[in-house]
Amino acid sequence: MEAEDELIQEIYSKGDEESSRNRPIISGEQLDIEAYASLYQGRTKITRLMFIAEHCCDNASMQLEALRMAYDEIKKGEDTQLFREVLQKIDGRLGPNYTMDVAWCDSVDHRAEKRKKKIETELNAYKTNLIKESIRMGYNDFGDFYYAHGALGDAFKSYFRARDYCTTSKHIIQMHMRAILVSIETGQFTHLTSYVSKAEQKPEALEPVTVEKLRCAAGLAHLKAKKYDLAARKFLEVGPDLGSSYNEVIASQDVATYGGLCALASFDRAELKACSKVIDNVSFQNFLELVPEVRELINDFYSCHYGSCLDYLGNLKANLLLDIHLHDHVETLYDQIRNKALIQYTHPFVSVDLQMMANVFKTSVAGLEKELETLITDNQIQARIDSHNKILYARHPDQKNATFQRVLQTGNEFDQDVRAMLLRANLLRAEGNL
Amino acid sequence: MVISAQKLVYPIGIRSLKRVNSDAGRIHRFIPSHVEHLIQKLQSFSLFYFFSQLALRLKQSIRSMQSVENLVTQIQGLSSSAADIAALNNYLKAAEDSFRSDSSRLLLFLDQLDPSKHSLGYLYFLRSLLVVQFIYFVFGVEKQGNFNCVLVCGDREPCVYGSITKERASTLVPIIARFITSCAPEQIRLASDKFITVCKRFKDMVMLLEAPIRGVGPMLSAIRKIQPSTEHLTTLHPEFLQLCLLSKCYKTGLSVLEDDIYEINLPRDFFLYCYYGGMILIGQKRFRKALELLHNVVTAPMSSINAIAVEAYKKYILVSLVHHGQFSTNLPKYTSSAAQRNLKNFCQTYIELANTYNTGKVSELETFVQTNRERFESDNNLGLVRQVVSSMYKRNIQRLTQTYLTLSLQDIANTVQLNSPKEAEMHVLQMIQDGEIYATINQKDGMVRFLEDPEQYKTCEMIEHIDSSIHRIMALSKKLTAMDELLSCDPLYLAKAGRERQRFDFDDFDTVPQKFNI
Repeated sequence: MEAEDELIQEIYSKGDEESSRNRPIISGEQLDIEAYASLYQGRTKITRLMFIAEHCCDNASMQLEALRMAYDEIKKGEDTQLFREVLQKIDGRLGPNYTMDVAWCDSVDHRAEKRKKKIETELNAYKTNLIKESIRMGYNDFGDFYYAHGALGDAFKSYFRARDYCTTSKHIIQMHMRAILVSIETGQFTHLTSYVSKAEQKPEALEPVTVEKLRCAAGLAHLKAKKYDLAARKFLEVGPDLGSSYNEVIASQDVATYGGLCALASFDRAELKACSKVIDNVSFQNFLELVPEVRELINDFYSCHYGSCLDYLGNLKANLLLDIHLHDHVETLYDQIRNKALIQYTHPFVSVDLQMMANVFKTSVAGLEKELETLITDNQIQARIDSHNKILYARHPDQKNATFQRVLQTGNEFDQDVRAMLLRANLLRAEGNL
Repeated sequence: MVISAQKLVYPIGIRSLKRVNSDAGRIHRFIPSHVEHLIQKLQSFSLFYFFSQLALRLKQSIRSMQSVENLVTQIQGLSSSAADIAALNNYLKAAEDSFRSDSSRLLLFLDQLDPSKHSLGYLYFLRSLLVVQFIYFVFGVEKQGNFNCVLVCGDREPCVYGSITKERASTLVPIIARFITSCAPEQIRLASDKFITVCKRFKDMVMLLEAPIRGVGPMLSAIRKIQPSTEHLTTLHPEFLQLCLLSKCYKTGLSVLEDDIYEINLPRDFFLYCYYGGMILIGQKRFRKALELLHNVVTAPMSSINAIAVEAYKKYILVSLVHHGQFSTNLPKYTSSAAQRNLKNFCQTYIELANTYNTGKVSELETFVQTNRERFESDNNLGLVRQVVSSMYKRNIQRLTQTYLTLSLQDIANTVQLNSPKEAEMHVLQMIQDGEIYATINQKDGMVRFLEDPEQYKTCEMIEHIDSSIHRIMALSKKLTAMDELLSCDPLYLAKAGRERQRFDFDDFDTVPQKFNI
């Protein structure tokens, strides 16, 4: 009894500590779009901006800001189709500077037409001469051309046609890298892993940066396939060589966020801590430094300060929902992290006071009871709720009794199956005799 | 005068005959209201002129009977030793024609025989009393009185009989009941098909008198007497179970259902046995066993879907919801393809019910049952459906025991969607009494305290139970080995296996070598 009292005392003191730790938490202030956009370059910058514009409908100024930047960005490129799309979304709200620029469109289209003809004739010439290397280059040019003009499907086809003319493993990796880029842009993540593994099969020609890029791509593919465990592992493997070299797809900050969240959602405590995993992983630390919120929340999670951890998560949520890749997964990841936190919280205790637990998790006792109920039903927490005294008791199932129960059940099933089988055999024989 | 059966099955109206046979699910028997009346009807059809002539001749032959007296003396003389009885059986078979007599006269002779001593002879007499020999009409009236008729004449055991009046039935029923209960099993087994005919006829008469309960006792002893062992399924099993169901004597039915059946002659008997047996067990709330029997029907080998299997599948869905709280639409692999393809289409409403059940929401289930009420009612399954609904409350309460140590009655009522804590208390109380949950109710605070299963697997009873289970399974596996050996020696099986293994070339049968041909 005394020991229990002590335990309760301890929990209370811990709870107090929790509430006294009123450190300022970086609030989820509005996403600084400019800073965000500067992390990326190329097509992804535009698509990300458009994505933000699409998903922050309640915030008109932010939406317009995103559209404005997208407009400027597109003007630098040659994709007239995207240009029209953006204009439609702006709908004249950004003043006379952001309206239809017919002259620009025409000149771009005109140039594109000319360029296309040029590449075509070149490619045909190469083909008649049967110079492999040149044909490959020709197809790549074609792919680049299509990519720049937003015809991603054609770009992909052209890149892939170049495969037959790849002579060195370096070429093959190049080809696959391009295929990966286009697949990510078009959102076709199903084949991504196979491209990555094919590229990884040529280790002799892999540069360190390429390796990191491939890991990022694989991580993205797993993330999209809802395999958060694998995704976390891939993102954690990414080394510091990446830098900003892959910012046409992913920024280092994203690696930290994606990796951190996926790891929280799928790893257990030991794994979180272990070397080469999250917290003691030196190279990943560098990434985490870029996004201090994620670093803080992982540390909080590990050191069981669930309250502040959940606060950080809550603050990050609005911004994460604007991320093109993470958007669909935020809810599931958050749920998983919360469940993990609940499980981890209850794990060491024989009994837990629900009132305090509810305080820590910033919810009502009734709500907490519901959450715990689902977890217990799924057999993720071995415990039972004393709803009268609002205490959660750990439960240790009796192995011996369970075994007895299972043996008897198996026996019954066997009995029934054999009899049914004999009956069926006899029935068949009876039918045969008829 | 013996006319072979094949010769006289008249092709017209084969459809009607088929309908009677194939409609195994509905066990209507087409009993003509009056044979005489039928004959008149037939005579009015020039098409059936030949048959009416034949019928007249048969009537005459019934009148011109031989004396039955010496038959009776034979029976009385030859009913002591086993050898005598075998001889008697042969004699009676040969003298079958002599039984064609006025039923009133036969009845007189019957008094001279003792059913326990002269069982075989008694049986022959009874059968002749009950069966309108040689003429059995199977008929179905089509639209606008368009008569489709098949006339079956023959010396086989008939499946359709002439009609019988109530008065006659009430005189005959006690006689037959006395005979069945007192007859000697070894004698009647010599003419088991005749015995079965008598028993079936007996059942019909009991039904005619609307007193199925009068048939239960005699039918049970009939089954026991004609069974070579308790593992055999007889044709009388389903008839007996049907009587039990109609008279609500479920307990009596259980005594037969507790035997494990292995030997089957007619698949149809087996289907009906399992179906009726399942219904009796449902009545007794022994859902596990009921589920097993219904499962046997559903998964039995069948070349085409039949009504019994469909009805059984409906009940199977409901019972497995009541008992297990879940139902998976996947049938096991060994289920016949006919069943796998068709069963679900016939039971769509029931599968939807199971899906609604799986959502775990009582209100949804109740509205579903309300909207489909007529459907369930017409299938006579409404009672079982109601049990499904109430089992959902139980299931939800049981789920609570896994997550909660204590819970207030109010909370139980809220989670399980009951109207008041009082109602919740009644449910919990009932479940504690039935041993479905382990809990105590604290009425002062309105709290329920859920406990663990107190079974520690230490008691003598439990050990005995385990021991008996082990013995049972050992016996079963011996049976399995024996069956395997038997099957590997089965000539039919060997012939089939051999045929598939090696085929002879055509040359092998060429007995005369080519070169000898000139």
